[in-house]
Amino acid sequence: MTSVAATAHGAQAHHDDRSFVRKYIFSTDHKIIGIQFLFVSLFFLLVGGLLAMQMRWQLGFPGKPMPGGGVLPETMAPGGVILPEYYIQLVTMHGTFMVFFAIMPLLVGVFANFLIPLKIGTHDMAFPRINMWSFWTFLIGGVVMLSSLFVPDGAARAGWTMYAPLSARHDYSGASIGQELWSVSIIFVGLSSILGSLNYITTIINNRAPGMTWFRLPLSVWSLFITAILGLLALPVLSGAAIMLLFDQIIGTHFFDPAAGGQALLWQHLFWFFGHPEVYILILPAMGMVSDIIANGSRKPIFGYHSMVFAIVAIAFLGWIVWGHHMFVSGMNPTLGSSFMVSTLVIAVPSAVKTFNWMGTMWRGNLRFHVPMLHAVAFVAMFVIGGLSGIFMAATPVDMQIHDTYFIVAHLHYVLFGGSLFALFGAITYWYPKMFGRLMSEPWGKVHFWLTFIFYNCTFFPMHITGMAGEMRRLYDPNQYTFLQPWQPMRVFISISAFLLFATQLIFFVNFWWSLWKGQKAPQNPWEDNGLEWSLPSPAPHGNWEKVPTVYRGPYEFSSPQVAEDYLPQYKKLPTDREPARVPLAGH
Amino acid sequence: MRKLGAMAATGAVLALTLAAWTRQPTPPAQGGGTISGKVKFTGTKPVMPKIDMSEEPKCKAKYQGVPTDETVVVNANGTLANVFVYVKSGLPASYAAPAPAGPVTLDQDGCRYHPHVLGIQVGQALAIKNSDGILHNIKAKAKANRPFNISQPSVMTSNKTFDKPEVMVALECNVHGWMHAWLGVLPHPFFGVSGADGSFMLKGLAPGTYTIEAWHEKYGTQTATVTVAGSETKTADFSFAGK
Amino acid sequence: MHWWLPLKASTFTGPIDGLFLAILIITGIAFVLVEVGLIWFVVKYRQRPGRKAFYTHGNTRAEVIWTTIPAVTMVALGLVSNHYWVQIKGRNSIPPNAYPIGIHAKQFEWQITYPGADGKLGTGDDFTVRNQLHVPVGRPIMVQLSSEDVIHSFYVPQFRVRQDVVPGMDIKAWFQATVPGTYELGCSQLCGLGHYRMRAQVFVQTQDDYDAWMKQAAQEASQ
Repeated sequence: MTSVAATAHGAQAHHDDRSFVRKYIFSTDHKIIGIQFLFVSLFFLLVGGLLAMQMRWQLGFPGKPMPGGGVLPETMAPGGVILPEYYIQLVTMHGTFMVFFAIMPLLVGVFANFLIPLKIGTHDMAFPRINMWSFWTFLIGGVVMLSSLFVPDGAARAGWTMYAPLSARHDYSGASIGQELWSVSIIFVGLSSILGSLNYITTIINNRAPGMTWFRLPLSVWSLFITAILGLLALPVLSGAAIMLLFDQIIGTHFFDPAAGGQALLWQHLFWFFGHPEVYILILPAMGMVSDIIANGSRKPIFGYHSMVFAIVAIAFLGWIVWGHHMFVSGMNPTLGSSFMVSTLVIAVPSAVKTFNWMGTMWRGNLRFHVPMLHAVAFVAMFVIGGLSGIFMAATPVDMQIHDTYFIVAHLHYVLFGGSLFALFGAITYWYPKMFGRLMSEPWGKVHFWLTFIFYNCTFFPMHITGMAGEMRRLYDPNQYTFLQPWQPMRVFISISAFLLFATQLIFFVNFWWSLWKGQKAPQNPWEDNGLEWSLPSPAPHGNWEKVPTVYRGPYEFSSPQVAEDYLPQYKKLPTDREPARVPLAGH
Repeated sequence: MRKLGAMAATGAVLALTLAAWTRQPTPPAQGGGTISGKVKFTGTKPVMPKIDMSEEPKCKAKYQGVPTDETVVVNANGTLANVFVYVKSGLPASYAAPAPAGPVTLDQDGCRYHPHVLGIQVGQALAIKNSDGILHNIKAKAKANRPFNISQPSVMTSNKTFDKPEVMVALECNVHGWMHAWLGVLPHPFFGVSGADGSFMLKGLAPGTYTIEAWHEKYGTQTATVTVAGSETKTADFSFAGK
Repeated sequence: MHWWLPLKASTFTGPIDGLFLAILIITGIAFVLVEVGLIWFVVKYRQRPGRKAFYTHGNTRAEVIWTTIPAVTMVALGLVSNHYWVQIKGRNSIPPNAYPIGIHAKQFEWQITYPGADGKLGTGDDFTVRNQLHVPVGRPIMVQLSSEDVIHSFYVPQFRVRQDVVPGMDIKAWFQATVPGTYELGCSQLCGLGHYRMRAQVFVQTQDDYDAWMKQAAQEASQ
């Protein structure tokens, strides 16, 4: 924490007399909160990865003692050999940590907090204290979830989707307090999201700088705005469902237990009503930041900016009416299968539009392949695979065959890793100078990118094939099935690729940490970008600007004929520019 | 002087409390009395269903013929096996036997529990052994004790203990629905299970009057009152009628 | 090793595999367009001294084209898919003369009840077998799915049939096997510790073989 956001920087910042604790621990500064989310979420990303490595050990080398497995308790892995109960905890907690404590907070907790005030031109969020609470509730949730790995009978073990009644009754699952802790933790996560969303929405609507009209907002801000609305409406449903599940677990209600009059499918409807908007929460901010980076890397305006905005809105809107596509074979009325299929196929269209627009941006550009651009282009390439594989699932008869198989696992990892995580690597590298005043190492960034790209595809592409062959998800030992035995060499290949993939991430982590102290000092605008944040020093000071800038144009004026340079910042006033009509908020 | 007296009184109270709190359990009296008997079976011997282990070839191979369900096992001499007999009351209130150091073994062999009915002392280790090398999922549906539900995918042994008396804890395997066992957890060592000759023996009892109970998983429970003096052997037979 | 969808052993494989292939072709075209396009752009438009990017904010006609074509394709795909969905899973999809078999899923076994000589479930000559599903080839089979405890899922890859088995619900599904042989039924919804081993053998037999088996199994069950 010691190298972050240096305070008073010339005449630009407010006089900063906060204590160390107020500056860096209980801070209300949106940039510090974003960085706190960053450090904690990167830790949970590592935790999620370690859980996956153990899963892949069992799948690649079933029944063999795992290196380092001796540290695990006898009830989970005697002699280092993973037991079925531990395996399904690994499956559950890998998904849980990655979705709720890594990808979502990295995209939203980090970048909504860090970027929004900087990119719209204001000093901080509308409600800085509530913002601080959104981080601390997130941290509490994370600690509770982590603790569930260490309680008697271990962590929750019904999959990250936590289907009832397996999750509701200990006598079915064999777990005890770990299941309850999952519900408690999720309630905190929900609270954190809601508090954050309140800020993001209010700040974007109310606190934009003069001249920053809606259609001059960068796509990263648009996507974070729409994501915040999704979060505000979806997370309460999850929290409500988690509370109901907790009540079933501890106070004797039976919402989800058919043996006592409850309904198993009720959990699924509640969970997926949240869960589908959730996956758009996990991709939209990535898409938004990728747009910013591709425009920058191509030295060209975004192709079809308005279409891009409408596509984001369309994806978010349609995202509310597709949840049943997770439930085609669940036993719900087949007629609903038809309606959900239609809405799911339709939602492919705005994603296609976005993909073509990214390509349109690169077309006839002057492409610079800095590390963020490498990740952004890879995002497009990988997200397309994930999106196209989704079409197979959307067609309900085909879904009958591939539901709950590795085909789905391949799809979700292509969109969440090939998509979101690549975008995150790019975004972290891109805004690192504005966060920390230094640059990450470019050569090591390239090495990390290429190795990740290769090992990532080696790990996840084959899962499409084993899924087609019928390999089911969440199997402790697929070799129990004769028809899955011939695929063991493939499982070994995937596991080894996964180990190499994980090892490669150490390059990113070392680059990240080492550069905090020893990275090249960053100039004000290292990427020659147009956003408002690049008008500030690197790192950005507390309070951002003393006087907020005025905005004269959109965010993607690259290679504009109006100037000689190939970029033209939003805040730069040209002789031909008029002052905007809108008066800044008092005190700005 | 008053102060000293008060201090002495307080000290005495504290000392007595400490003594009571740290009091060792009364060691079991050296007794030599025995209660023994036979569990007879009257009526029509029920036909037990056969167990089809076709889907578990490793287990099926361990049998010459086809194994049958063990709910009612009537011996050749007309006695009933697998009846759990134990001292239900009659021991002094302060009685508390220390748990033996060695474990009681429950073996899963040929996809059956061996033994089918067993007893264990509070605090004693139950060593659950998987001799089959295929997945068994042992579930203890305890009510007074903490239930558990664990898996054993290979040849291995798991240890569990029970800290409260409970008659009886139902054990089952969720992978092999025909596998059932019954475990009696007692705070003393005076229990036994009727075997192939239908007899049981409760040894080492101090002189006194005892209520003993015979428990069978299908035919319920019966009690008997027996007075033991010195090192004599008293007989107490039970008889269960087939329905 | 079979590098494609599993062996075709039911009447559903026609529509489902056909749909799969059609989607593969459509998505394959999109995949090639995008990936080759990206590689092409990456090479052709890379930064070189003296080059400047082409300043444009977009092209409305392009937007219309690449919105309309995917939209029309998706709608067409939806109509075709729905046609088969209704046939396979619709409320009235089960053929009236389908042979009934009861499947009761429980942690971690499949208890399969056969209708016995009278061919009707719920009568006195029914008998239950563990983890063995015998079906006669060439006629519709209706499985009545119920669960003892948690959600399980009935899945036979070669039949292209999958249906979740939900406690508190009696769900009917159907299929018609076309190739005699031995297959496997797997539980396809995480159901607890023994989920990975909740497996049954599936025997697709000629009607004669099936009848012979039925007679013998009914006799054994009554003993």
